[in-house]
Amino acid sequence: MTELLRFEDVTLRRGGRLLFEDLNLSLRPGEGLQVAGPNGSGKSSLLRLAAGLLRAERGRVARAPLALADEQLALDSEVPLGRALAFWTPGDRLDGALDAIGLKHLAGVPVRFLSSGQAKRASLARVAASGAQLWLLDEPLNALDTDGAGRIAGLIDQHRALGGAVVAASHQSLPGDWRILELGR
Amino acid sequence: MIGSLIARDVRRGFTGAAWLPIAFFLLVATLVPFAVGPDARLLERIGPGALWIAALTAALLPIERLVEPDRADGVLDQLALHGLAEESIAFSKIVAHWLTFAPLLLVAAIPASALLAMDAASLMRAEIALAIGTPGLAALAVAVAAVTAGLPRAGSLTGLLLLPLAVPLLIFGISDALLLEAAVSLLLTAGAPFVAGAAIRASRT
Repeated sequence: MTELLRFEDVTLRRGGRLLFEDLNLSLRPGEGLQVAGPNGSGKSSLLRLAAGLLRAERGRVARAPLALADEQLALDSEVPLGRALAFWTPGDRLDGALDAIGLKHLAGVPVRFLSSGQAKRASLARVAASGAQLWLLDEPLNALDTDGAGRIAGLIDQHRALGGAVVAASHQSLPGDWRILELGR
Repeated sequence: MIGSLIARDVRRGFTGAAWLPIAFFLLVATLVPFAVGPDARLLERIGPGALWIAALTAALLPIERLVEPDRADGVLDQLALHGLAEESIAFSKIVAHWLTFAPLLLVAAIPASALLAMDAASLMRAEIALAIGTPGLAALAVAVAAVTAGLPRAGSLTGLLLLPLAVPLLIFGISDALLLEAAVSLLLTAGAPFVAGAAIRASRT
């Protein structure tokens, strides 16, 4: 499969509101797509549609194996971070991802004690450790300090350099080379 | 992944509030002698029915934490992205819920039967009936939890949905029609994952 994500004439309506109509897009290995637009324009819905968690009203979506980091952490709050992440991604990849994202020293800390920025990093560590070719990231730089944002940007660059692709929904500009899809215009 | 999910939910159940429904079950069983008086013959006659009513009402308590926390926190979405069908997720939750609810309930039925002046033979019949009925009850609880997840006033709805649907288990469990009870329990256990799976999918729209 040369394309990791493909939308063909996709229309999505939520709550009776048309978010986009007859949308076509494709994403190849190494590419990055930033979905931009104001609040409520459908950025997160597009990611969920790409992930297969929503169904399009019309059109077809084809996708490679993917991982999603959205606003929901999906980690048990009472268990240590390392164990909570290991539920999703057992194995050595997790150690490497925690190290790359700067959270290795917090692996023994229960998830509920993480700050919002650390929680955001944790959800991105889950994606990085997944081994999926396609990453779907919802506001990946939200709540991150300069160090965190730099580490995430580095992980994304590395993933794309290794043949992965990234779709990032963000209302702020992302560092690096991105195609832009503007919603809500 | 299914095994990991069951182990996770069992752990969460036991480190959470698995004792609450059991405490509630014992409390209801304790209240019955106060309500009808200390007449041992009367208590022995109504004992099995009181045990079942205590079990059904206790089964309502954990419903709100069976599905909704995982829906709200995105766990159900991530499980789907890991290739687990919603029906498999629901089945895992039924197994985990049964493991955290039924064995403790069966143990708690022993002191409860003493409070209700039940003899050993009555207790044995009640234990067997509860053992047969609790898988169906657990399946029903997960299905109701999935249907009401994210709804306003879900707590009130759960009782209105679960208790009428559990009536066949109650009737056959009390009347020693164990084969019929087993059939109902099996039907609920087989059907509930599909109901719960559809409800989980519908909650995403």
